[in-house]
Amino acid sequence: MQLSRGMQLSREELLRAYRGMRTIRDFEERVHDEFAAGTIPGFVHLYAGEEASAIGVCLDLEDKDRIASTHRGHGHCIAKGCDVTGMMMEIYGRRDGLCGGKGGSMHIADLAKGMMGANGIVGGGPPLVCGAALSAKTLKTGGVAVGFVGDGGSNQGTTLESYNLARVWNLPAVFVVEDNGYAESTASGWAVAGDQLKRAEAFGMPGRRVDGHDFFEVYDAAKEAIDRARAGDGPSLIHVCLNRYYGHFEGDAMTYRGEGEVDRLRAERDSLALFRKRVSEAGLIESGQLDDIDREVALIIDGAVAASKAAPAPTLADLTTDVYVSY
Amino acid sequence: MAKKTFRMAINEAIAQEMRRDPTVIVMGEDNAGGMGAPGEDDAWGGVLGVTKGLMPEFGRERVLDTPITESAFIGAAVGAAATGLRPVAELMFVDFMGVCLDQIYNQAGKFRYMFGGKAVTPLVIRTMFGAGFRAASQHSQCLYPVFTHFPGLKVVIPSSPYEAKGLMIQSIRDDDPVIFFEHKVMYDDEEEVPDESYTIPFGEANLTREGDDVTIVAFGRMVKLANQVADSLAGDGIGCTVVDPRTTSPLDTETILECVADTGRLVVVDEANPRCSMASDIAALVAENAFDALKAPIRMVTAPHTPVPFSPDLEDLYIPTPEKIEAAVREVAGRG
Repeated sequence: MQLSRGMQLSREELLRAYRGMRTIRDFEERVHDEFAAGTIPGFVHLYAGEEASAIGVCLDLEDKDRIASTHRGHGHCIAKGCDVTGMMMEIYGRRDGLCGGKGGSMHIADLAKGMMGANGIVGGGPPLVCGAALSAKTLKTGGVAVGFVGDGGSNQGTTLESYNLARVWNLPAVFVVEDNGYAESTASGWAVAGDQLKRAEAFGMPGRRVDGHDFFEVYDAAKEAIDRARAGDGPSLIHVCLNRYYGHFEGDAMTYRGEGEVDRLRAERDSLALFRKRVSEAGLIESGQLDDIDREVALIIDGAVAASKAAPAPTLADLTTDVYVSY
Repeated sequence: MAKKTFRMAINEAIAQEMRRDPTVIVMGEDNAGGMGAPGEDDAWGGVLGVTKGLMPEFGRERVLDTPITESAFIGAAVGAAATGLRPVAELMFVDFMGVCLDQIYNQAGKFRYMFGGKAVTPLVIRTMFGAGFRAASQHSQCLYPVFTHFPGLKVVIPSSPYEAKGLMIQSIRDDDPVIFFEHKVMYDDEEEVPDESYTIPFGEANLTREGDDVTIVAFGRMVKLANQVADSLAGDGIGCTVVDPRTTSPLDTETILECVADTGRLVVVDEANPRCSMASDIAALVAENAFDALKAPIRMVTAPHTPVPFSPDLEDLYIPTPEKIEAAVREVAGRG
């Protein structure tokens, strides 16, 4: 068996990957609890259970590389380096949030970090990714652009049109289809005709299917696709099969899911547990070090929530600013 | 000063900006034309030739032909604008907004606000509009009121070749997303246009005629018709001020209100359908802010509430004409 490139990562990189996954998990679990307690307004769509995908894809990306995200964007934001406290404040609608409280959970962005935004429109991101990839190509930055879509977004015309345009223009783009089995309450097995990899093939793009609970599988596929894009050899698609632990949005009773489905996933297919097992069995990292990260991250998330609760709200003066650069 | 067509004025504006700023790119269907085909390069230069000659000068890297895929390439223009380029994308006919509007109003128009003022999206979408080309219902509409409705977008409607060049250069240099409306019947209109580069600021209306009796506010091609009416009525002793707002977003409300305060009478000429139009918007603006100055009811001269018909006989009835404008002006001039 070919050795995973992910298993060849340095100790520091593996610890960074684990820290990222743990940060996403704790962030989302905490948002779940706070939402249930009524302290968070609006719609939130949680990424818990899918951590290995965001971190596996984004681990090697730099600030000059861009990503576009989905409704379920918190994990992508964290993986691309967005400030966790700024994100939490944004979700709380605070003035000092990453977007001044004007975006909220579905529109968190940090362009300086190459994060072009979660997106409230399913399939909204792939055309933007073509544009970011075009900028990288035209300005010769060496950057790549990665578009995350869900299985739901994979059926939007914007996504399929973007595959075509990315191939026709030979753009340094990677499309990551995060297939968590459900678009809202509708099973992807019913709603997706054909096969994601055959869709890639139909547009002349290489495609790979990976187990999205396995950081190492995702990382390997992403590295191959990103290297291909950087080398000027065009776009690729990665079909990431994974699961979410919570509903489409918070408050979703998940009556469409099977009996015991989520409990089994948490027990058997948890991306953080699988990562721990792999690295400790391979003797790469001692579990004590991972425990230290767990403790550190818990404190950071506690701090982010406390700061968000105490932070000032935006005011009338903020309502009408930043519609335009000038008007 | 050389006479140039509306088409040449826009072409020259884009070319001058592309020479000045290497981040300006052009993209659209057949913007060069003939991509991958065995015949000539730059075969079309856009369906009506507005971008002709740009590809030979600036190359395929900066003049990109696209497949017919408005959602993807208009979205790509938005994404490129947010990441360092200044795209001038062509939505061939504004009627095609239905297949790419999300990328314009939900993405480009909202980035800056949603992202807390951190996004800059310097994008120009050029688009053809207007009736009179016998192009029927899906290639003839005036959809600028729709775009004017969306916060975050700027909307430009040049009324002549001179205006088109200055407003296009301003549009390309502007840091916000701009929808630039080109009336397809005007491409061969000619007037003197300076060779050098110049800008016309947004939100500053132009008074193309000045008179004491009636204010006519008109947009795009309708400015030309309003000018004709003003000239002809001047001989009859009816003085008209013609206001060309140039941009509907931002809208120079101050100038419109000042003119109505002076004349006390308002006719709005808008080729768009009447409901929720610029005509109704300006009528409401004046009714709310200058009611006491009015000596007569506000009159709106617009298309009817119908799709644009194909038959030349019907289309001619659809479009506001100088006769209809003149009748409205005479009616209000006779009151108060």
